[in-house]
This record gives sequence, structure tokens and C-alpha cells, in this order.
Amino acid sequence: GAGQDVGRSCILVSIGGKNVMLDCGMHMGYNDDRRFPDFSYITQNSRLTEFLDCVIISHFHLDHCGALPYMSEMVGFDGPIYMTHPTKAICPILLEDYRKITVDKKGETNFFTSQMIKDCMKKVVAVNLHQTVQVDDELEIKAYYAGHVLGAAMFQIRVGLESVVYTGDYNMTPDRHLGAAWIDKCRPDVLISESTYATTIRDSKRCRERDFLKKVHETVERGGKVLIPVFALGRAQELCILLETFWDRMNLKAPIYFSTGLTEKANHYYKLFITWTNQKIRKTFVQRNMFEFKHIKAFDRSYADNPGPMVVFATPGMLHAGQSLHIFKKWAGNEKNMVIMPGYCVQGTVGHKILSGQKKLEMEGRQTLEVKMQVEYMSFSAHADAKGIMQLIRMAEPRSVLLVHGEAKKMEFLKQKIEQEFSINCFMPANGETATTVTNPSVPVDIALSLLKREAALGPLPDPKKPRTMHGTLIVKDNPSEEVSAAPATDRVNQGTPASLSDEELGGYLCTLLRKGLPQSTG
Amino acid sequence: MKLYCLSGHPTLPCNVLKFKSTTIMLDCGLDMTSALNFLPLPLVHSPRLAKLPGWVSKDGNTFLEKELKECAGRVFVDSLPEFCLPERELLDLSTIDVILISNYHCMMALPYITEHTGFTGTVYATEPTLQIGRLLMEELVNFIERVPKAQSATCWKNKEIQRLLPAPLKDTVEVSTWKSCYTMQEVNSALSKVQLVGYSQKIELFGAVQITPLSSGYSLGSSNWIIQSHYEKVSYVSGSSLLTTHPQPMDQSSLKNSDVLILTGLTQIPTANPDGMLGEFCSNLAMTVRTGGNVLVPCYSSGVIYDLLECLYQFIDSASLTTIPFYFISPVANSSLEFSQIFAEWLCHNKQSKVYLPEPPFPHAELIQTNKLKHYPSVHGDFSNDFKQPCVVFTGHPSLRFGDVVHFMELWGKSSINTIIFTEPDFSYLEALAPYQPLAMKCVYCPIDTRLNFIQVSKLLKEVQPLHVVCPEQYVRPPPAQSHRSDLMLDCQPPTMPYRRCSVLSLPFRRRYERIELLPELADSLVPSEIKPGISVATVTAVLHTKDNKHVLRPTLKLAPAPPPSKKRKRVLEEPPEHRAPKPLLSGAVPIEQFLATLQKHGITEVKVEDTPDGHILHLQDEDTLIQLEEDSTHIICDNNEILRATLRDLVLRFLQKF
Repeated sequence: GAGQDVGRSCILVSIGGKNVMLDCGMHMGYNDDRRFPDFSYITQNSRLTEFLDCVIISHFHLDHCGALPYMSEMVGFDGPIYMTHPTKAICPILLEDYRKITVDKKGETNFFTSQMIKDCMKKVVAVNLHQTVQVDDELEIKAYYAGHVLGAAMFQIRVGLESVVYTGDYNMTPDRHLGAAWIDKCRPDVLISESTYATTIRDSKRCRERDFLKKVHETVERGGKVLIPVFALGRAQELCILLETFWDRMNLKAPIYFSTGLTEKANHYYKLFITWTNQKIRKTFVQRNMFEFKHIKAFDRSYADNPGPMVVFATPGMLHAGQSLHIFKKWAGNEKNMVIMPGYCVQGTVGHKILSGQKKLEMEGRQTLEVKMQVEYMSFSAHADAKGIMQLIRMAEPRSVLLVHGEAKKMEFLKQKIEQEFSINCFMPANGETATTVTNPSVPVDIALSLLKREAALGPLPDPKKPRTMHGTLIVKDNPSEEVSAAPATDRVNQGTPASLSDEELGGYLCTLLRKGLPQSTG
Repeated sequence: MKLYCLSGHPTLPCNVLKFKSTTIMLDCGLDMTSALNFLPLPLVHSPRLAKLPGWVSKDGNTFLEKELKECAGRVFVDSLPEFCLPERELLDLSTIDVILISNYHCMMALPYITEHTGFTGTVYATEPTLQIGRLLMEELVNFIERVPKAQSATCWKNKEIQRLLPAPLKDTVEVSTWKSCYTMQEVNSALSKVQLVGYSQKIELFGAVQITPLSSGYSLGSSNWIIQSHYEKVSYVSGSSLLTTHPQPMDQSSLKNSDVLILTGLTQIPTANPDGMLGEFCSNLAMTVRTGGNVLVPCYSSGVIYDLLECLYQFIDSASLTTIPFYFISPVANSSLEFSQIFAEWLCHNKQSKVYLPEPPFPHAELIQTNKLKHYPSVHGDFSNDFKQPCVVFTGHPSLRFGDVVHFMELWGKSSINTIIFTEPDFSYLEALAPYQPLAMKCVYCPIDTRLNFIQVSKLLKEVQPLHVVCPEQYVRPPPAQSHRSDLMLDCQPPTMPYRRCSVLSLPFRRRYERIELLPELADSLVPSEIKPGISVATVTAVLHTKDNKHVLRPTLKLAPAPPPSKKRKRVLEEPPEHRAPKPLLSGAVPIEQFLATLQKHGITEVKVEDTPDGHILHLQDEDTLIQLEEDSTHIICDNNEILRATLRDLVLRFLQKF
């Protein structure tokens, strides 16, 4: 999944004989088989356990984890699933929500059950940032902060001297509640990067925020109501903090409501996982927890009919069902009101329709709804833009880049730019395609310290302009048929001179052989 | 490899490890027991303390009257308390590259080291260690700075004068290194040098050494450290616990295969069982409050207090103590309680799963919500309005020399219905109480020290099997008060290497190998030949590149497949690197029968063969030449007959493999 497409992120990486699945998401735009990744690429009928060494989930958005219970419980995978603590906490709630909408509301059968979500979560191993997790003797993974949403992480996967970095979704500019993504110069062989905003370089965030506040303020001033459809977690908190501080500063009185349910719980998660937010919030949380809002109160259905201005955050974000749609219907007829769409809307949803300018909507029961209220779109998605992606490539210094999670045309543009600027290979496989990178790892061998020191002692500092030639003998043990260069990272290779090995058992033997051969003469 | 021991306190260690050209300081503990020699700093003027008589020496000399005061037969220094610093003369502390912190109690001397020794390196600690360590330092500075003292006593420190003082002042050592407390500015500057790390994170130091913190189970974010290169491994175990309290359990398996294990921070009260003590704590507390008395618990503002509060949370309902107010008084009380709730990743499994619900991991959140537990920055302000007796007060400092606890000692000390319960093991409770004598208040000693005891340690050592164990000398003999208890000491094989303050230990291992990388092109060009089943050998001629302590072998320029950029090439041509082919190495045995036959073919017939333990000596009688064939050498001894020698050499070479 996610090949030249946004949705159902699912990438299989084979590295040094290990297979790792990166993310396991669903697609918002489909309701048929295409909503989940196509696991038949891996195996037709059998379980995935024997093909996959582990599964890594980058963050809790459903397009990155929505197919997880399906994969682990219905297709079958018993190995470890890695994710960060906040992801582990929030992921099952969103999965359950998704299941409820699909099964209970749309009445689908053949979908994963609550129990399956629970069983699936039992296979999850939580990881901390920068912790090196040894999946098995050879495979290790390490998480880096990605900033996109609470608990979002980038993962480095390493086998021997080969490594891959998968970014998941990330954001290179810190915002009001999260920090910026960061990675060290780990020089992976492949960097798998999202490219949602491959061609956009967004205007400054401050401008967007000012714009947003101005629009909300104006509407409220003239007595209108503002509806902001959001998903429970992520941008909602960002916008809440924005409005909260604005209300504080301007001393505004109009009520702000937050539709209950998930969101209240969500704010609680933010409070408990404060270490994952940005510097400022972490520093001040004892005096004032940013997620304890003064002006923002829980919403009740009956409030929608209250007279006077108000601002309401309601779920879901694309106006396709639930409370946000309910309120939208009530308020759409009044031109004083406004709806602000803060994120991406998938085709077919009410959100997408009104954004494309439709003024008359067909609702269920052949009713039409006339949209008189103002419709605004404002991008607050926390994805890296083209500048951010280039910045990350500069940070990590990969040997090649692979783009996913974006539209093909935009990827093409970014691919060219990357190839030009960094002169490294850049891939953008479609779903089902395989991109292969040949790595050329060095061979680690052991060298006797005395030999190395002797060589190093010849000059005060090694001078790269005057390379020194050294001689030694390479000893390959255990597997004579194995070419030294054939396998990376074997400890079987041993390097030393006869003299330095003389006190070791094997060394002694070799030494014997070697000296025997050296013709020496006296006289 | 050397270990410099800068602290003699076994639970507040400070050691410096020199390993592979890096200098690593392990912990930075501050020995605060020295404060026990000072008079308490009262928050509110205390007539009792002010009226204490000055000390007069036996010969009636009164020159120290102002500096030293006498209370219940003991002499105390009337000055701001001072602390015993790690040794600073043993080695140049400005050469330290990094400081590794294992837990927040072991970093209290950090500002003294980072701010006053020319230190330019990095400090590594986990996030909870940094945050809670900062709180403890802030609290300490606050305790001391809010009661300024006009004079500071220095005369008594003079060696000549100190000799004349009564015990224990006479016997205190290192008095000259004692220093008064640092300032908040120094704390901030010291902590700005901290780099945060997570458990199992691998950190490269200069490419030479890799360090990794591991969970140690003792407190929030507490860690043991692995310091290793490709071939050597040193484990630093400090303040570890196997009990299930709030922190993440200890990671033991990663300590396996250590060459050296440095063991510090074992339990200070090996005879007390923490669970039993907790029970005793609760029952004593209940008894006192039921009779209308107040309970004073001197404690640190983080750590065991979380467990105490959790224990009380379960206990107060069953003991029907719901109406008794609990007060937690410290300048950092609020921060400590808040911080404890946000470190889910560092908590034990049980508490972690609470956060997933989402619920606060510690039940003291509920105690605060229901108003059973109240916290105040000090006894001044809001507290004096809300204060109701009987009550339970948690406050610092456990030494009873400064902090709000001094106020409560003066307030409640005279009544026998009140109780003080000691839970922190760092200070002797008798010494802590000395300046308050005579005291009517009941004293209960329930030290709760969750660190490893000797049984757990010996089991641990058996499991992880280090080649050598280094530990403070206190651990290799029974405690002085219980000299018959041979079970209260470390007894392991191989024998431990004990250290004391100012020891310099040479750690017994020889480094023999180093990791080097062959570039793939070079590896491709090698042709190993098998000389014995399972063993192949190839000669390597290559250029050694060393950068950031990483060694890489590259093909010599002749072999380089891709020509280097033209500009570079010119220079190389101008000054070609010294390059000579190495002599081929030979191997194999000379089969004696066939060798004789060959000699015969070349007209050498008169050969006397003599067997020696190592091989054969061939005496070529006509030529007056000896050929010694031994297992690892061949000598041809002939007199100035170069032609013959060459012939014989070539004959020997025929039987040997070249590579």
C-alpha cells in the first residue's frame, strides 16, 4: 500500500534476509477489498508469521494502522508488532471506533471484532524513542521522534551493516503542541519517506494561524457560529490550543465547545504523554497544563440550537457522518455561519463536496440541503513539505530514497529534485511493485591490536593525503568455501600477522606453519 | 584500563573510568551525611536553638564559642551545612569526556564538578533522572537559601584545632573538601550539559566506545550502564532493585558476558525487609493518629514517597483514617507529584497499562482530587490557614538539618503523643535526632531501601558471570555493627576487587583485537587458500585509513577499480605511496622421505637424519651442511656456500605452499 497513493500504508522491506512490514493501514476512499493492503503479494493462503520477522507501526492514524487486526487476526500473524507507547494507547480506541462505524452503522459483516483488536494489541511491544530494540540476534530497530501526531515515530531498521529508515508521516516544523522530527546522521542504505506535500512549500505557519483566527473572530463578532470538523486526535488539540490562547489574549466570551466522547479522552492522553509534546508545553505543564482548557467546554447536542455565537469542534473531520454532519445540517442554511475544514477530505464525503464548491447537497431521503454558510479550507496537516523532506534527507544522508504516501505526479517532481540535488537514486514504486537496492557493505574483520598500533604509531596522525600501505594476513575460519566478500558481517574473518597471533591456540598453529615456510639461513 | 575512585560512599559513588582513550565519570554522588555535624536551620526563629551554649574546650578556651554549640552532650557547628564532595585532586577532572548518571540521587554533586573543574564534556541521563534530579537540587538550594546565615564557621576546620575537638567532629575526614551548597544558577548551568538518553539506546563515544543505559528498577529512570567496545565490556551497576515497586523492572540479561562489573549502591539496611517496613509504617502511623497525635515523615520529595502514598491510599479506607489530612510540604511537592504521572514509559507494566485507559498511573492523583492529600511549597502561606491536627506530614530534608521538617521537629518534638517515622535509609536516625535531644516524641525507624541485598547480588552475579567484580570496600566485609554476620557481605568467585576513596585500580584486562573494515573491492580481490580444513588464509596489502577511531582498509591505488578524480590522481603520481610487495608467506610441512629423494636427485646422497622432538636435523656430510627442519622453522647452516644455500632453499620451497 501507499505506493504512489495516500492511504493504506503498508510496505514490505526485505533486508539482510529479514522481512519487516512497515505500517498496516486502511484506505479511507474505499469500502471494498481495496480498503486493506493486498497481503496476497506475500502469501496466498498461509499465515504471515513465517514470512515476517516483525511489523512496525509508525503512528495511530488509521491509514497507518487500520488494517492491523485484519492482518494479525484474520490473515494471521503472531510475531511482534512494534509501536510507541502513545500509539499503543490510542491505536485500539481508533480501531474500535472504526470497527463500530463499519460494522454497527454500515452493517458490514466479515470485519474484525472487538476481541480481535484486543488480541492484536496483545502482540504489541511498546518501544521508547532512541531505544535500540533487538528483534532477534541480527535485526534491530530504533525509533526517532517524527512530530506528526502524538507518539508518531520514524523507525530505523538495521541488519548487520545494512539499514533502512522509514519515516511514517512526519513534520519538520514544530507546532503549538508537538516538536519537529529529528534523526541523526545514520546514513541508511534506503530512506523511505512520505511525500504527501511533495510539491508544496507552505507559507509560514504564522500566516495560516493568523488567517484562521481572523476568520473565526470575524464570524463570532457578527454573531455567527463556527463549525470545525476535526478528527479526535491530532489537529484538534493544535487548534484548541490556538483558540484557547487567542480567547485568553482577546478576552473573548463566546463559548467554545468540543464534541464529547473521544476527544475528552484524547485530551487526557495528551496530558499523560506530555513528554511527547514540545519543549514549551513540557516546561510549563506543572504550572499550567496546556491540555486543561479554560475556555473550551464539552458539547451537548442541545447546544447546537442555542442562539448567539459559538465555536464547535466536532468529529469526524470529513463531515461524512456523526456529530459534525448533524451540526452542519443545522447551521448550513445561515450565511452568518462558517465551516472551516482544517484537513484533507477524501472524495465522496460531504466535506469534499462543499470544498469543491457545491452549494446544493443531496442528503438521505432525497432531501437537498442548501449551503449558505461560508466554507473555508485551511491546511493544518502536520506533514513535511518539500522543503522538510529535503531537510530530512540532508539530516540522515541516505544512499538512496524511496517515496511513498503521495500522489504519483507530485512524487515524480520530487524524485527529480532529489536526484539532482543529492545525486542519489530515488524510487517511487506503485503498489505491488518492488524496488531493489544493492548495498555494498564493508566486511568487518578483527585486527590484532598490536598490528594496528604498530601501523598507527608510524605517524603522529593519519594523513589522508599520504596513505600508508599495510600488509597482513587474513585468516578465514570455519567455512573455507565461503568467500570473504560473499557474506556481510561475519565474525569468522580474522586478520592478523603471524607475530601477533602467536600466543593463541590457532594462531600458534598458523604461526608454526608460516614460520616453517620461511627459509632462513645463517652463515 | 584504570578506575579512579573519587567517593568512599558506597551508595553515592563517583568513579572515573579510563577506557580506550575515553575518560568516563560514573555517577556524581554527593555525600550529605556531613550535614549531620551542623545545627539545624530553623525556618522560624527557634529560642531553644538560639540559647544553646557555646562549646568550651577542656582547658576553658572559649575561642570557638561562636562556631560550635553544644546540645545534649554533642557539639555541632553553627553554620550553613556543608557537604562532602568527590575527590578532586586524584586526576584532572577537566579531562573528563562524559559523565554517566545512574539515578537522581547520584547526581547531586554535578554542579561542583561541571562548573568548577573546567569540565567541557557531556552528561548523559534519562529524562526522569534529569527532571527529578533538577527538582531535588532545586529543593536543596531553596531549603538552604531561604534561611540565610550571617556568619559561616571556618576556624574549626583548621587541622590543628580540629584535633582538639570532641568526637565525632574530631574524627571527620576530608573536612577541607567540604563545601557549602551551590546556587540555582550553577544548577541550571550544570543541567544544561545533560544529554537525554533512553533505555537500551546505543550511544557512540568518539567511535571508540559504545555506552548503553539499562533499566535498573530502583527509581524513575534509574539506569545501569554498559560501556563496551567490540571486544571488551564493562558493566556499571548502581542502585538496582529487583522488587516490584513503581519503576520499570531491572534489565539483568544485558549485563551478561561482562569483563568487569562495577557494583555500587547496594541496600544500606540489609537486615530490613522493605515490605515488612511498609507494614510497620502504616500500623505506627494509624496508632498515632488514632490517639490524636501527629505523624512526621521526613523524606525526599521523590522516590519512596510515591510508594508510601500508594500504600496509604489502600490503607486509609480499611483503617478508617479518611478524615485525617495528609500534607506534603516541599518547594517542589507539586512538581514532583505532577512529574511522576507523565513518565509512563519508565514505569512498571501495571502502571503503564493504566495510562492506556487513560488513567493517571499513580493513585495519589485521586488522593489529591478527593482532598485527602494536600501539597504546599512551605509551611508559610496557605498551609498555615489549612493546617489541621492531628495530621500526617511528609516533608524534607531527611537529615533533619534543613527544610520544613525542622519546624515540625520544634513544634511536635516535646509531646509524646506525636511520632516521627524515618523511612529514608541515607541518614542514621539517632544522629539525625541528636540536636533535638531531649525529645519526647516517639521515634519509629522503618527504613525502606529497595536496592539489592546481598542474597540478590550473589544470585545476580552467578547469573551474569562477570570475569571481574569491582566494589566499594564496605561490601567485602560485614557491617562494623554486625561483624558476626558473614552473610552481609559479598562473597563471590573470582574474588572482588575492593576500592576506597582515592583508590586507583588497574582493571585486569588486555585488549587484543580491534575492529577494522575491509572495503568490498578489497575483499573481492583477496584469494584465500585453504591450508587446513576450515581455515583459509590470504595475504592482504591495503591502505589503512583511520578516522574517528574507525579503521578502514582500502585497496592500494594500483588495485583501485575506479580511478580517483583527476586532480587527486596527479598528486598521487607526484608522490607515490611507499609500496612494496610483501614476501609471500609459506606453509605446509616438508615430508622428510620425499625431501631426501629430491636431495638425492640433486646429487646429495650422504645424508644423516637425526630425529629431534621438534622435527629432524639433516646432516649433509659431504657438503658439511646442516638442515634443521622444525615445526615452525627451517634453518640451513652452511659455510659461505651461497650457491648451495640457494639450491637447498629452492628445494625446501618446492614442498611448501605459497600464498
